[in-house]
Amino acid sequence: MTVGSVKTGAVGLSFALDNNYMEPIATTLVGSGGVNSITFNDIPQTYKHLQVRAITQSNRATYSRDEFVIRFNSDNGTNYSWHEIYGSGSSISAQNETSVNRILGQDCVGANGWWGNAIIDILDYTNTNKFKTVRFLAGLDTNNAGASGYNGAIVFTSGNWRNTDSINSISIVPTQGSAWNQYSRFSLYGIKG
Amino acid sequence: MPAKTGTYTLISSTTLTTTTATVTFSSIPATYTDLFLVVNPLSTNNRDVILRFNSDTGTNYSITFVSGYGGGTPAYSSGRTTNQGFMYADYYGPSNTSQSVRQINIMDYSNTTTYKTAIIRSSNATAYPGGGVDAIAGLWRSTSAISTIAVSLSADSFLSGSVFKLYGIEAGNP
Repeated sequence: MTVGSVKTGAVGLSFALDNNYMEPIATTLVGSGGVNSITFNDIPQTYKHLQVRAITQSNRATYSRDEFVIRFNSDNGTNYSWHEIYGSGSSISAQNETSVNRILGQDCVGANGWWGNAIIDILDYTNTNKFKTVRFLAGLDTNNAGASGYNGAIVFTSGNWRNTDSINSISIVPTQGSAWNQYSRFSLYGIKG
Repeated sequence: MPAKTGTYTLISSTTLTTTTATVTFSSIPATYTDLFLVVNPLSTNNRDVILRFNSDTGTNYSITFVSGYGGGTPAYSSGRTTNQGFMYADYYGPSNTSQSVRQINIMDYSNTTTYKTAIIRSSNATAYPGGGVDAIAGLWRSTSAISTIAVSLSADSFLSGSVFKLYGIEAGNP
């Protein structure tokens, strides 16, 4: 089956992109002094999915990489789980956590001068009939010159929040460092159904 | 939190009609937050798709990748490259018989404070050997704003029918 663009008549991969399927909602560019966490509140309930695009660096000392944690609607209960495929730059592994208070982005945040990336999709976030699911691709590269031998890594992660509430708030915090550094940027988008 | 009207904006699109060694996007506007480059490459020899920014051929690029191909041993791997003269956009290069895709996100490309980073997904539907799926974290150790992207193959030319599309992604209001 091929899908044609109703806007341009084009056929192919770029169908969705050419049809204004994604709209920017809000962005945070961290200023001087950093911030402890990023929170998007009052998220419009008018989209099908959400996407967060982020460039990340924490103030973790000594090491070149950190982790991030995602939570929804200020829920700190043990209502989350996640699985990942993890590439260390030399080997592949898989990890998970169940019944924890976080969805973890492992080793994909930069620190000590290095920067990480993350593209996080939050699916069917307004649906009140099912648990909420997340997937993301995130990573960083350090040219194999990271502090304390901690170098680049890349993760492909799925996460679950066992709650049927509509998501109206997303928080993202570093786990080892205490703050996001200046120039970290988190942009929230809505994706139309 | 009102939504801001906007979307991906197509900056430039090229479909090759002849064999071409390098496709270059130049004079890229600095008005977006991220860039999204979609490449549907065709090549004869399964060579890798590579990127250079601002005509920099110095050894300022590196990647960390994870890759799976399902055949052979091992069926998956993770590795890195360092101090290279280009950024790999795949681990398994394209063929001339199967359309494959590279989705290349270049983050904060116009800032002049940080090194430039990319996150890339790549897949080839070609049967092993040659087929596979990759994810890449890329680094260009330069604080320059990216105004030019050159897309090439590591030792080959793109065939007619290869498609290249560059989008700008706008961020929402602070």
